[in-house]
Amino acid sequence: MKEIVIISGKGGTGKTSLTASFAMLAGQTAVIADCDVDAADMHLLLKPERIFEEDFYSGVAAVIDQDKCIQCGKCQEICRFNAIDNSTGQYLVSNLNCEGCGYCGHVCPVGAIEMIEQNVGKCYISKTKADNKMVHAGLKIGADNSGKLVAKVKHEAKASAEKDGKEYIIVDGSPGIGCPVVSSLSGADFVVFVTEPTVSGIHDLERVYQLVKKFQIPSGCIINKADLNEKVSKDIEKFLADNEIIHLTNLPYDESFTTAMTKGQTIVEDKTSPITASIEQCWQDLKIILEK
Amino acid sequence: MTTSIVCLIERLKMKIAIASGKGGTGKTTVATNLAKYLSENRKVVLVDLDVEEPNSGLFLNGSLMNQKEMFKKIPNWESENCTLCGKCQSVCNFNAIMKLGENIMVFPELCHSCYACSELCPTQSLPMIPMKMGMLTEYKVEQLGFVGSKLDIGQEQAVPLIAQTLDYVDEMYSDDYLKLYDAPPGTSCPVIEATKDADFIFLVTEPTPFGLHDMKLAVETMRELKKPMAVIINRYGIGDAEVEAYCKVEGIDIIANFPNQRYIAELYSQGKLIYPHVPEFKAELLKAADYCKHLVKEN
Repeated sequence: MKEIVIISGKGGTGKTSLTASFAMLAGQTAVIADCDVDAADMHLLLKPERIFEEDFYSGVAAVIDQDKCIQCGKCQEICRFNAIDNSTGQYLVSNLNCEGCGYCGHVCPVGAIEMIEQNVGKCYISKTKADNKMVHAGLKIGADNSGKLVAKVKHEAKASAEKDGKEYIIVDGSPGIGCPVVSSLSGADFVVFVTEPTVSGIHDLERVYQLVKKFQIPSGCIINKADLNEKVSKDIEKFLADNEIIHLTNLPYDESFTTAMTKGQTIVEDKTSPITASIEQCWQDLKIILEK
Repeated sequence: MTTSIVCLIERLKMKIAIASGKGGTGKTTVATNLAKYLSENRKVVLVDLDVEEPNSGLFLNGSLMNQKEMFKKIPNWESENCTLCGKCQSVCNFNAIMKLGENIMVFPELCHSCYACSELCPTQSLPMIPMKMGMLTEYKVEQLGFVGSKLDIGQEQAVPLIAQTLDYVDEMYSDDYLKLYDAPPGTSCPVIEATKDADFIFLVTEPTPFGLHDMKLAVETMRELKKPMAVIINRYGIGDAEVEAYCKVEGIDIIANFPNQRYIAELYSQGKLIYPHVPEFKAELLKAADYCKHLVKEN
């Protein structure tokens, strides 16, 4: 079983559209994981039907028992996150600011502070129109710990792939370089970067590559909208060659990605599009690379 | 309008965060073009708070004013008086400190700088020391102030750097500056940190199913934070009309529709501002700028 994680650093490069395309092409051989839990969009293309869902709890937040509170203010004094407010006359915790460190509970002289586990979202297992299972999640608004929810999604995807003897786990990774993407990358066999030839595309690719390098995961890259700026495209190709990143393919700047999305489809469902052939070839190449 | 009224308006403080649920919708394009345009006539500072992948600086060529290493505080074990009681490990909710045999190990990347282990240590054996987490840079781009921070690779928490960057801006730029924040994408902790201090939110989206889906999440997030907001549509003309329909039902103003043009994408790819080159883009930018002026007046 091989785990492929698709990431981009920068948003809007076509990462999710390409991940969903690979999911269509892989069909029954793969389990799909949507680890972009902040802005999970893959379900809009893969039309999953839920077969299982569960609440996900992670982290804690402080709650002050007003009957016990003696208004000494110690909790507010030590809180480094400005999470305790007494402007109303009562000491109250702002859930949005509370980091869940629990320090206040340790200093409260009357034991009025309890740390309550937080329901941060839901995790789903579904069946997609590509006839594969997909693990995805919905993070509650403003919830912390998206990194832990990402870890949960990956864990469930792995368990499902092992149980059903699937060959691949295809993961739509998170943006950025922080904790969600670190969670997305852990345990991956191969990383696919999706980038675009723009000053921000190459900048973000270089940063997220530094992170992947720390994990020592082999990687390849798809340059989307490659004809938008030939100079930057060449710069990216040089960067790939210098860092032993496999240059998987170039795709053109083409609005048919958006047209397909508007119809709730992946681009590879349009058999007449030349892009479909390129993505199919790319998936075949990826499978060969993963054999090695 | 008399000069004195203009002065009065310019002294009213206003912070506008430019956010989006989905990445790559044009947040940075809107932030840089709007900030630069507005700075031609008033005091503006643009703050790049997308510290994981900061891009605004790539579109603004200015002169470097300041560069500053940014630190977070982590506990540092001093073994001399330590009794190995294990209190530090038991109070840490983030598994960032552990007693291993005769040693106390700190895992800085997991530390949230809450100070609990340090201040609850009975022998004061865990003083907090600074650890570098990123770099802040400040530029002057003609009249425009620009401050942006970049998180070091391997640092997992964006929130402390965002918070400190905002502190720096509040210290260095008086209330007569209009402050524009380029916020990170998504709906979780970094976005909350970057927007909770703002007076108004511009949500940038594109008229596609992905754009709409993620914008709805962003709208819910901003409602949770009780922030007033308006929407800017980028790549207008591509996709469908669902974003407009949604905004109408929800009573959210759409303040500008930036056109979908390959030429705009090409200018962006080269790191150029759009409005000096594309009149249709500039016309929409003027609408967004007028909306800002109207907000400042109302405030």
